[in-house]
Amino acid sequence: MSDIAYTLERPAAPYDVERIRADFPILSRTVHERTGKKPQPGKPLVYLDSGASAQKPRHVIDTMTRFLEEDYSNIHRGVHFLSQRATDRFEAARDSVAAFLNAPSRDGIVFTRSATEAINLVAHSYARTFLEPGDEIIVSVMEHHANIVPWQLAQTARGLAIKVVPVDDRGVLDLDAYAKLFGPRTKMVAITHCSNVLGTVTPAKEIVRIAHQHGVPVLLDGSQAVVHGTVDVKDIGADFYVFTGHKLYGPTGIGVLCAKPELLKTMPPYQGGGDMIQSVSFSGTTFKEAPARFEAGTPPITEAIGLAAAIDYVEGIGRDAIAAHEHDLLTYATARLQEIEGLRIVGTAPGKAAIISFVVDGVHPHDLGTVVDQYGVAVRVGQHCAEPLMDRMGVGSTARASFALYNTRAEADALVDAVKAVKEFFGA
Amino acid sequence: MMDELRELYQEVILDHGKNPRNHRHPPDANREARGENPMCGDKFTVYLKVSGDHVVEDVAFEGRGCAISTASASMMTEVVKGKTEAEARALFETFHDLCTKDEEEHGDHGPVDEEALEKLMVLSGVRQFPVRVKCATLAWHAMNAAIEGDEKASSE
Repeated sequence: MSDIAYTLERPAAPYDVERIRADFPILSRTVHERTGKKPQPGKPLVYLDSGASAQKPRHVIDTMTRFLEEDYSNIHRGVHFLSQRATDRFEAARDSVAAFLNAPSRDGIVFTRSATEAINLVAHSYARTFLEPGDEIIVSVMEHHANIVPWQLAQTARGLAIKVVPVDDRGVLDLDAYAKLFGPRTKMVAITHCSNVLGTVTPAKEIVRIAHQHGVPVLLDGSQAVVHGTVDVKDIGADFYVFTGHKLYGPTGIGVLCAKPELLKTMPPYQGGGDMIQSVSFSGTTFKEAPARFEAGTPPITEAIGLAAAIDYVEGIGRDAIAAHEHDLLTYATARLQEIEGLRIVGTAPGKAAIISFVVDGVHPHDLGTVVDQYGVAVRVGQHCAEPLMDRMGVGSTARASFALYNTRAEADALVDAVKAVKEFFGA
Repeated sequence: MMDELRELYQEVILDHGKNPRNHRHPPDANREARGENPMCGDKFTVYLKVSGDHVVEDVAFEGRGCAISTASASMMTEVVKGKTEAEARALFETFHDLCTKDEEEHGDHGPVDEEALEKLMVLSGVRQFPVRVKCATLAWHAMNAAIEGDEKASSE
């Protein structure tokens, strides 16, 4: 990112998790401290909910703060110094994202407010525009609601049909069943690249290859995948690839649609407003080329720059190094959790990401979550915005521990101890 | 830390959570409503048998949830049975206040069965755990909806 001195000190090799933890101010806080009649010191925070939203390194926080303090302005519309400066930084963030994904072109990178908005954009501008009544969309049973409901809205609006790819008991996508779902009316595929519940990493390249044999475009939801490994969109061949900033150690309010520019060119605007138009008149308005055409209104400027800083940070550590660290945590935590009698891990696909959903006999996940929280351990409990998957796996809800680049084996131990205490507490 | 947890999960709650009373579908029920907590996906159906003179002659429920929601549903069936519709409604409103408001903010919802309220006090520990209030009130919302003649309730 050019001349601006928001540089990042690279952590030393080998993987120094303590040094990395020091980059995240929030990780040094404690929780549940109590003063008053029965004082109690705080518990160290054991944050195992990065799959819901990751914590932010100082580099992201500082970059955003300094941008707001020094360079902030609206973009693409001023001749003044700061406007040019802010525009350059915003467009540099687009370059960062394009490089991060190995996107086919920077012109295919559209900034949205979230991954959800990115999917809605495609469901609107692509599916509702080009699909005819009776056409079919393929999704998988392990989608996040964000990759189901936008297609259902399109389904209702356009009279489409939705076909669902099953998973096996481990949570592995049934690729044979997927291939058999294609027919002459199949016009769109939308599948996750990594399940937020099971951690299953799907064979993205193969999913795309099969779809392309039928001339069908593919959207991949990479919200979890970009966090846990290196993603090469050009190599995968995805027509649309979406992810969100806040799970990647960036801010909330920023998402990305990475699309093939030739597809974007054919698509009508999703939202109308300023900054996406060529010329506005009551006799007819013309629109800019993509990606500007899809960025109506003032975009999340500071957040885009924050996302670029997060990418910087992650690349500074190295995505392979992060993946290796997380794999170690996954292996270790899985083995330790399996020591607990009556605990069942939901989602055991080979090569999965560091996300562990589990249930404990005789203890409802909600009760488990409340009790482990008292030990300072933050996990997600519930349906994880994936109700159809819960039904498929035969569970009402689960507890989920998701591991990130800053987690440690000691934190996995803390989780195990807390779950053991839960069992004792409920006599389970 | 354990104090707060013990207050939330008192023995009575653990007992009702594990062995819920009136966990059945009465064949002669004439009202029912479903309660759903979208946060965790827990679902309850509450059944009522209401007589011609508006007395709740039987209350039961089906479905399982967390210890808090199951215990609250179970205890509700015990205290609501035999009440008039108006009394049951007053008990619901009063219990809701108990779970969500400081004592001085509790409203007057008409005469309530003090003995019943006494029993329900064990659930007031959820006040310290705001995200669990929905668990404690789920079956109650469904019961209230069944009295009002609605088919669905949400603790949202």
